[in-house]
Amino acid sequence: MNFKLLGAAVVALTVLAFSPAWAEEAPAVDRTATGGAQTLEDILRRQEQLKVDESFRSENLGDPARAAPMTDQLGTRGGVSDAEVWRSIRYNKIDPTVQSPGPANGVMIQDEGIAWYKLREGPVITYGGLALLGIVVLLVVFYFVRGKIMIDGGPAGTTIERFKAIERFGHWLLAGSFIALGLTGLITLMGRSFLIPVIGADAFAPLAAGSKWLHNNIAWAFMLGLVMTFVMWVTHNIPSKLDWQWIKAGGGIFTKSHPPAKKFNAGQKIIFWTVMLLGVSVSLSGLSLLFPFQMPMFADTFGLINSILGTSLPTDLAPHQEMQYANIWHSIVAFVMMVAIIAHIYIGTVGMEGAFDAMGNGQVDIEWARQHHDLWVAEVEARQGKGGSS
Amino acid sequence: MKVMIGAFVAALVIASLAPVVLSQFGWSSAEQAISESVRLD
Ligand code: HEM
Repeated sequence: MNFKLLGAAVVALTVLAFSPAWAEEAPAVDRTATGGAQTLEDILRRQEQLKVDESFRSENLGDPARAAPMTDQLGTRGGVSDAEVWRSIRYNKIDPTVQSPGPANGVMIQDEGIAWYKLREGPVITYGGLALLGIVVLLVVFYFVRGKIMIDGGPAGTTIERFKAIERFGHWLLAGSFIALGLTGLITLMGRSFLIPVIGADAFAPLAAGSKWLHNNIAWAFMLGLVMTFVMWVTHNIPSKLDWQWIKAGGGIFTKSHPPAKKFNAGQKIIFWTVMLLGVSVSLSGLSLLFPFQMPMFADTFGLINSILGTSLPTDLAPHQEMQYANIWHSIVAFVMMVAIIAHIYIGTVGMEGAFDAMGNGQVDIEWARQHHDLWVAEVEARQGKGGSS
Repeated sequence: MKVMIGAFVAALVIASLAPVVLSQFGWSSAEQAISESVRLD
């Protein structure tokens, strides 16, 4: 084997791996006095919770080629000292033999869990919760400023078919499961902070277990609904020039005008693509959590991002770390979706006269359709030869 | 409205069937971290 080349590759990789922005925070420490081992400065920095570049330990795991000979004082274990073995355990760099083999059972120390726990109990709950409250407040304000969007001149009385039964079924499969997932997810995330203090741990326990059951299992209905609505509606949601006009006119929301639109206007296309893209992402991270350690995704994802953006996200992840990333990502995506969907539910119910019927019985008032989706009505009428209602 | 209720019921039916189907495929969460040799039952 070409050891020089291998050595150069290792050095290059090490430099690459430990030269990202975050490493700059940890100053280079002179460790000659300790022969390369921990210094007082390292210990003090750690006590003050400052960043310490751990590579002098995490990478110093024993190289038999460089070790003192066995006959030497430090060479009693054939070159790898006890300290080096412990460091390997500390940084999960050994492959131990364990009694019950499993993807994660050979990991003895994994301290990223603290960071995950703090992130989940802290910023995720705080900012996620604020985002939900924020959109609700915004919609209440919007309601009082703009009011309900009415059909100009009132409903005509005749109707036109907007969604077939199968389309409405797909929508409500998606919507029903999403609302169940959202509520049970919030109970799981926030129950410890907000429900236990109010209802007590005894009452919370069955609620938590029930939430977990529903959340884990109704996810399949969500995925089915996602696929159904995607297949049925994607052709109507391809962006076009018309969308740009609609966006420039602000959808006519504040000017009380009606920019032209086909079956779905630009606002609806934004909802569609948000639901589809984030829906896939929340499903994948959810599956990764549902089958623990069986479907790790983040090391590969980070590797891909690194190769495209030149970032240095970690790609050497312990099984638990994979789960931690999946959990945090799952929550963030879910919050973004909930914010979008709360706005969607508003406009589909109290926000706009005549909108709910589209998903209620599938028939919308012809005047509503002409005002919000004039080009779609024209298309339908052209297809049917003549006649407004269907 | 009938379709809406139907879809909600369908979501619940899918949810109840999911664990049954998964265990048919041989997957159960209890088996994840335990191998035959150390299970106490
Ligand atoms: C109570 C809850 C909900 C109500 C009342 C509701 C209402 C509606 C209505 C009336 C439409 C048709 C709009 C039109 O005729 O142009 C629609 C479309 C749609 N809904 Fe919902 N919806 C709800 C929840 C959800 C949820 C939870 C999701 C996804 C997770 C969702 C995804 C969609 C999508 C992708 C469309 C097509 C694009 C659009 O019109 O924005 N809906 N919804």
